[in-house]
Amino acid sequence: MKFALQINEGPFTHQASDSAYQFAKAALENGHEIFRVFFYHDGVNNGTMYGVPPVDDRNVQQQWSELADKHDLDLVICVAAAQRRGIMDEDEAKRHGKGASNIAPKFRISGLGQLIEAGIQADRLLVFGD
Amino acid sequence: MSEIKKFVYLNRKAPYGTVYALESLEVVLIGAAFEQDVRLVFVDDGVYQLTKGQTTDGIGMKNFSKTYSALGDYDVNKIYIDEQSLKDRGLTIDDLQDLTYEDEDDDWAEKSSINVVSREQLAELISEADVLLNF
Repeated sequence: MKFALQINEGPFTHQASDSAYQFAKAALENGHEIFRVFFYHDGVNNGTMYGVPPVDDRNVQQQWSELADKHDLDLVICVAAAQRRGIMDEDEAKRHGKGASNIAPKFRISGLGQLIEAGIQADRLLVFGD
Repeated sequence: MSEIKKFVYLNRKAPYGTVYALESLEVVLIGAAFEQDVRLVFVDDGVYQLTKGQTTDGIGMKNFSKTYSALGDYDVNKIYIDEQSLKDRGLTIDDLQDLTYEDEDDDWAEKSSINVVSREQLAELISEADVLLNF
């Protein structure tokens, strides 16, 4: 089956991103396809490269980046939500006169249209969050 | 894209206090360009999103309530309000904005976009959805 995932909460405060990650991993291991993972609301904070959780805990961002690297996942951060919350790639940082980007490897920034398209293209769109 | 899916946006939260209502509306407006079958449902505290006469001066938040009246121009004209949620909060339909659209199949007559529905009808709306986005 072809899944799309929407993640609405940031890392650590909520388990939503962890649950989505576990789902994605299990789905891929069982031969399903993940069309796209879309990060919205505080979910965009999953894509910052500057998180340094304690070494005895999981690194939510890194888990996503590694899973994306292994399976060529499309990790999309909503641009409007990201601008409010300070998640930027090189282009965005330059455009808004910010010193540096902070987007983690394998994440990309794009528009809400990517969420709607995921809803259209996937057999199931699953929403993780409150 | 030729395939048309039923998108149901389930709005459950008050307009202020969290960002979900505002960012749900942003998805709806962008999504309108994709020409899908779109329905908006307002349930629980979500019914407050459509109340008339919102003022946010005292809380320093952006008042985005007027944006809802533009939905008709985006061909988003199937809006469902959970009757029980209104009742539970001492609200009636008269407390809500009068959202309308112009029906191109009826000589552009102005019609109400709002439908007050029972829990049974709500359950049906949700079960009919191809894509359910809850905020």
